[in-house]
Order: sequence, then structure tokens, then C-alpha cells
Amino acid sequence: MLELDCRDFPCPRPIIELAKALPSVAVGDLLAVVARDPAARYDVPAWCRMRGQEYVGEDLADDNLPRYTVRRLT
Amino acid sequence: MYLDAASSQRLHPAARDTLLAALERGYGDPRRLHGPGRDARLLLDNARAVVADCLGAHPDEIGFTASGTDAVHRGLLGLAAATGRTGIVHGAIEHSSVLHATEWRPSPAHASVPVDRNGRVDLDTLAAASRREGVAVAALQAANQEVGTLQPVDEVDLPATVPLLVDAAAAVGHVVLPQRWDALTASAHKWGGPAGVGILAVRRGTRWTNPFPGEDGLDNAGGFPNVPAALAAAAALQAVLAEREEVAARQFQMVERIREAAVGLPDTEVVGDPVHRLPHLVTFSCLYVGGDEIVSDLAQRGYGVASGSACTASTLEPSHVLAAMGALTHGNVRVSLESGTTEDQVDRFCAALAESVTAIRARAGL
Repeated sequence: MLELDCRDFPCPRPIIELAKALPSVAVGDLLAVVARDPAARYDVPAWCRMRGQEYVGEDLADDNLPRYTVRRLT
Repeated sequence: MYLDAASSQRLHPAARDTLLAALERGYGDPRRLHGPGRDARLLLDNARAVVADCLGAHPDEIGFTASGTDAVHRGLLGLAAATGRTGIVHGAIEHSSVLHATEWRPSPAHASVPVDRNGRVDLDTLAAASRREGVAVAALQAANQEVGTLQPVDEVDLPATVPLLVDAAAAVGHVVLPQRWDALTASAHKWGGPAGVGILAVRRGTRWTNPFPGEDGLDNAGGFPNVPAALAAAAALQAVLAEREEVAARQFQMVERIREAAVGLPDTEVVGDPVHRLPHLVTFSCLYVGGDEIVSDLAQRGYGVASGSACTASTLEPSHVLAAMGALTHGNVRVSLESGTTEDQVDRFCAALAESVTAIRARAGL
């Protein structure tokens, strides 16, 4: 799974990186973003809804920072 | 072009005239029995009577506070204190003053009631949450300050022992107010009165005690009253309500144009109820755009707007309102019209908005 390190990026950079990385993932595959930015918790699901992708959920990266996973649908 | 009337309105001409006159006459202590004291008492009573009439209340139900926030704190905590219980039940998108008052007096009976995608509170959940043991008071706003959604306040079903506080700060002067309230709060600078005047109205027969140090009763809530400002606030309210329907109808249509323009932008969602909403306010969020970036860019183009995004000024947390509604929290813009905003201005703003969003996305490489 491709994991984007957006730990130190302010809002909305994690979402911008997510959008830029999406084409590099095959349809059906997973893509994750690790971000300290508190807005990412709301904005990754909102991005999925607006862009027609699937929000898989939130877990923790190795360093215990939030990791948000997305499945490419289109 | 000022498009942030929902944060604070410029002083209404009626308020300015009244304020200047009242500054001359209203300097005395309204509790004293000498001439200047009686003058100040007369002006204060006049302000109270006008505000009461405008809000559908009796004069003795009206108190002046230091701000809308102060009114909410005193109202909510004072209603709770009078019941002897501690639980506060509130909508998830209430103003931060409600959330702060709730956090300030922790209770296992507190509950935040979720809202739907349009920001409308779930009435059944609110009713169920209010029936739990230990609940003292419920709070539901008349309209939301960020997204404009009106709450179905008159349909709220609460136990007789749980009073309802309605925060009407965003609604007063713009829409017909709910009838169903035990306490109601508002803020004068939101309708064109001076800053530093909040309203706390408590219905006769509703038990309320001052939750803070000092005398009980609404007459002296917060110490020496600002008599000239209270009277100016009353004058502004009266003037605003006299033209409310006509202004609101015009603003509703202009906001409709902005909503259409925003929907027409790529990857942009308009947030809030499209119909049951404040007439003068609209909020939308644009993907890949920083709230601070777009506010600054629009300011450079001459447009003053607000944003609920995390990256703007006061906070690193995104708006709890947008978060609770499941809306996109970044790239957020709140536009709120003045009574004098014209269609031509709205059209120019819509054109500038499209340019601004395109320019910011181009800089981000999108």
C-alpha cells in the first residue's frame, strides 16, 4: 500500500498530496496518508465523498500518528 | 466590499443617532434617585421595553449583558443552577459559547445531539437525551452562525422540568424568531447595534439564578449597565425589524446567486440547508484551497469574507460546525451580506471568487 508522509504538512496539503498520488494507484488498490493536521480527520472522508473514492478508515501509523486509508474506485 | 456581516455589522444609522444623544443624557447610575439617575433609568427602561417588544417578550424578562457570549454563559449556567441538576443537552453545531459553558461545568449528563448533512438537529435524539436523569437544560440555536441552517426550535419536545435556551444571535433581525423558548440570547453588534451589548431574555415563571458572583435578577447582570449602548442597540433593532421582510427577500435571492456560482466551481460544495436558512448567509468549501489563502486572496481583491477552516487565524482546529456536518473543512468561505449589498456587487464577487479559486489551485499544482 502506498503511504504518503504528510506528517508535517498543514491543511490542506495532505488532501492535495492525496489527490496528486491517486493516479499512481491502480483502481481497487489502497492509498494512505499520515497526517498530524487535525482537519485531515474530516477532510479525507469529505474528499472521498466529493471525488467518488472509498474512505476505508483511520488507524495509527508506526509512530502512532493518525493514518487515513482510501480505496481508489475510479 | 464587506461580506462578513454575520461576524459583525457596521453601526446602523439609527443606532448612531441614538447613541450620541444617549451619551449626553444617560451617564448616571440608573439605581440612584437623583435627576441624572432617573434619566439613565428612563433610557434603560425604554431600551428594555423596545427590545422586549421586538423579541416578543415582556420588559421585565429582558436583561442586558456584556456580549452575546456572556448572555449564553449566564443564561445556560443560570437555568442549570436553578434546577439543582447539572446536565446540558445541546445541538452539535451550537455557538462555541454554548460548548464552552458546557465544558466549564463538567457533568455526566451532558450530551451533544448530532445534526444531519444540512446541519438540522435530530429532534428525537434531542428529546431522548433531555429525558435522561440529571439533565438540567437544553440549548438549541435559532439559526447557525456558520452555515445559516434554521433549527426547528418550535417543534422541540422537552420534559416540563427541562427549560430550553435558544441562542438567537445569528437569527435576530433576519428571520422570524421561534416562539418556543424559556430563555433567549442575542448580540446587538450582529444586528447593527454597538458591540458590548448582549441580550438575555428569561420568561416569567422560568427559574433562573445568577450563576456568577453578584446580585440575582436580570436588572444588573454583570454590573453597571452601558445605558447609551443598550438604547442604541434597541433603536437599531427596531429599525432593522421595520425593514426585515423586504431586506430578507432581496438577500435570499442574492445568496441564491452566490450558491449557484459556488456550485458551478469545480470540486466545491455548498454547505447548509438550501431552503430553511438565513437569508443573508452562505458557506461553501473548495477542495485543495487553504482557508487562510482564499480569505487573504479575496481581501487583496477587495472582498472581506470569513472562513471556518483550521488554517485561518484564531485556531488550528477546523470548525466544529463543518466537522459535525461531515462537510469539507478546508477551503471554507462564509459570505454574509449587509442590508445594502447590491446584485451588482454580488456578481462582481462571484467573478472574483472563481478567479481566486483557480489561481490558488494553480499555485498548488492542481
